[in-house]
Amino acid sequence: MGPLIPHELLSPEWNNVIALIIGVAFGYLMEASGFSSSRKLAGVFYGYDFTVLRVFFTAAVVSMIGILYLSKLGYLNFDDLYIQPTYVDSAIIGGVIMGVGFVAGGFCPGTSLCAAAIGKIDGMVFILGLMLGVVIFSEMFPWLEGTFNAHNLGGVTLEDTLGLSNEWTTAIFAIIAVVAFYGTTILGRYIRNVWY
Amino acid sequence: MSYWNEDHQHTYWNPYFGGFMLGLLLIFTFYMTGRGIGASGAMKSTVVFALYEVAPKHVEKSAYYSRFVQEDKSPLNTWLIFEVLGAIGGAFLSGALSGRAKFKIQHSPKISSKRRLAFALVGGILFGFGSQMARGCTSGAALSGLSVMATAGFITMLTIFGSGYLVAYFFRKNWI
Repeated sequence: MGPLIPHELLSPEWNNVIALIIGVAFGYLMEASGFSSSRKLAGVFYGYDFTVLRVFFTAAVVSMIGILYLSKLGYLNFDDLYIQPTYVDSAIIGGVIMGVGFVAGGFCPGTSLCAAAIGKIDGMVFILGLMLGVVIFSEMFPWLEGTFNAHNLGGVTLEDTLGLSNEWTTAIFAIIAVVAFYGTTILGRYIRNVWY
Repeated sequence: MSYWNEDHQHTYWNPYFGGFMLGLLLIFTFYMTGRGIGASGAMKSTVVFALYEVAPKHVEKSAYYSRFVQEDKSPLNTWLIFEVLGAIGGAFLSGALSGRAKFKIQHSPKISSKRRLAFALVGGILFGFGSQMARGCTSGAALSGLSVMATAGFITMLTIFGSGYLVAYFFRKNWI
């Protein structure tokens, strides 16, 4: 019964090897889907390329359904999966800042790695910026610590916060995703083409 | 071949296929390790490592960095660093096989490369700062968080894309 390494069904020494393998697959399919191109990524915000939305929502829906099914079939213990803690203030503030960074730079950390890997200098500069951002954050940490640690709800899922069962969340999310796919396809026909 | 097909849609995978594969990868990752994937954490580890080489006392005294420094192992010995190294290799492989691997600064023809690089730097700084604040980025917090229906995942996803849409107007000259 999964997850394998936390349940010690697989030796923890495999962890880094698995990380490498997963990383290679991750990088490969991100680049193959076009995520190494900042103009393609920024397209979702301007309506000339909805690839980000399609890949992101499909991945989220597939993995939600997959994890839910595996746990219902008894192959995966959902309670042993890492659910990151919700710190309300910092999640919102961090998200807002990241959104601006995304539109300004045209990348996020994972995609900038893919871009840098194929020689995009703007990707490499973005990575440099990321590291500078980390340094700035750490130096400012004494002032940020309060907000950073505020309102820790713990490792909660939507079931805990909203009372929406995991099954319903997945179903509603899947429906939203399909509507978004269809809607953006129609929208795409009306938006003028940007050659990039 | 290269100029005409450059970044043109049909040379990339169908996005639903790519998303499906990514979803399967996420399921596999959770099944194997109990955690999802990520990216920004590796940047943080690299910074801690580099600064530790240069200014170890400062790192140990700092309220933030000191959390990531351990006695016996290097700050680079983390799951994410190995994953990120793999990602660089995998992306290179995909790019090289498709003829997309070459040095260039990708930018809209309406702006200069210098401007593109300046915005890339600023965007990176903002994203680096924000990802530490939110304890993750689109891959780690949003995507992996969504997979396990974490509230933080939803919050981060909504705020990243929400704020992106809100400010997109101000950056439009760079892209369209």
